[in-house]
Amino acid sequence: MAENIAITWRRIPERYRLAGSQCMTCHAKFFPPRKLCPTCRRKGKIESCAFSGKGKIFSLSEVHSAPAGLELEIPYVLAIVQLAEGPKLTTQLVDCREKDVKVGAAVEVVFRRIRSDDPEGLLHYGYKFRLVK
Amino acid sequence: MTKFGEDWKRGFRDLILEAGKKALEDSNLHGAEIDGLFAGTMAPGPLIGQEHAGALLADWMGLNPIASTRVEAACASGGVALRQGFMAVASGLHDCVVEGGVEKMTDVSGPDVVSALGGAGDQEWELFPGATFPAIYALAARRHMLDYGTTEEQMASVAVKNHLNGSKNKYAQFQSPITIETVMKSKMVASPLKVFDCSPVTDGAAALVLMPLDKARAHTDTPIEIAASAQASDTLALHDRKSLTELNATKVAAKKAYEMAKVGAKDIDIAEVHDCFTIAEVMAIEDLGFFKKGQGGPASEKGQTALNADISVNTSGGLKACGHPVGATGIKQAVEVTWQLRGQANGRQVDGAEIGLTHNVGGSGATAVVHIMKRVN
Repeated sequence: MAENIAITWRRIPERYRLAGSQCMTCHAKFFPPRKLCPTCRRKGKIESCAFSGKGKIFSLSEVHSAPAGLELEIPYVLAIVQLAEGPKLTTQLVDCREKDVKVGAAVEVVFRRIRSDDPEGLLHYGYKFRLVK
Repeated sequence: MTKFGEDWKRGFRDLILEAGKKALEDSNLHGAEIDGLFAGTMAPGPLIGQEHAGALLADWMGLNPIASTRVEAACASGGVALRQGFMAVASGLHDCVVEGGVEKMTDVSGPDVVSALGGAGDQEWELFPGATFPAIYALAARRHMLDYGTTEEQMASVAVKNHLNGSKNKYAQFQSPITIETVMKSKMVASPLKVFDCSPVTDGAAALVLMPLDKARAHTDTPIEIAASAQASDTLALHDRKSLTELNATKVAAKKAYEMAKVGAKDIDIAEVHDCFTIAEVMAIEDLGFFKKGQGGPASEKGQTALNADISVNTSGGLKACGHPVGATGIKQAVEVTWQLRGQANGRQVDGAEIGLTHNVGGSGATAVVHIMKRVN
């Protein structure tokens, strides 16, 4: 789905810097940042936090059938990465094919172009991950 | 219900109209007796450029001015619509409700369908970074393989069984049996899932009529009772769940449904489960309690879910072979179970089916809805 300028701008802290949030009551950390702790609800106290960008591959798949806007990227490796601080996220792994990576491998965040809406459209940037050498 | 498939000659309105007419004929009802309509449809906006589907359907089915409500819960829209209608009748607010489910998916291009279905997941945090629905289920499948030793061949056996069942169902999109080799050699979509691990893009509609049991007896000798209706929710994004290999919403909804119907998993004779991908059926038969966690793959491979085996799963062919017109699926599941319980499932009838279950999932498991249906003696 094409995104307009407002949402692209609004998501810059999370997509460019992995900005997250944490509940000071139960110490759970959230990415993307939640504004209500699902465990503590109104008893929770939410503050912003940053993630190190280090993590491990929790699951992965090589995508051969692309969604609109990513046709030129296939095949690409999609993964769920568990950040060192706990939360998991869905992301692309760069500079590799599926045969090069394993669940459990250490990865780190990189800043990349994610997609373009169409030839004349916005370019969207954000996080992808790569194997730690 | 309509014949499921790519139906280029007919549109959204034609499909639901045919299903609705058939449901009324089957129920010996006149339109004037109907006082409510609930319709499950997931994405008419992106798929046909039309919202406000509740009003549209009442209008084109000639049912104005009754209350008509469109229900959306992604791929569980039909099942949740059924539950809304069940609650409306059980509450006494409505006496006779038509339940419809419909999706017209082939009026837009393939990538547009993929994008529309992507709305069932977390658009900002799963789809934007590059996930597709097959990829989301592939991430679950990969973990299931690692944690429980489930194999690609075991998942393929789900597709083989469902295509065999579909070959016995004149309403199914695919009516040709396939082999394990067909699945294993098909094009990779998102590893380890191949084309034949995935349910298709389908046009179709299904409908049924709900009324209090005492009133239903005046219309038919074979009413089917909805003995339980339960629904549960989970995180929209797969990655936010502790486990990728079970659907907690399914487990919670199933537990509530078994309690409400006062039956256990072992009492279920037939089940229509949400096999949008082969791994989804493997997880469903575990989460519904038919098999232990991790045993869904081996059980499928051994034929324990085939017609008239330990438990007959997806006798219609499931989403995999009967087709998956998203909003229609939850209603179609209930239609298939009704036919089975009445002994009308020609060519694929399960012997002595008394209790049936339907299991409809939205997205990767953020919504699950379970119904238990019984023959009334």
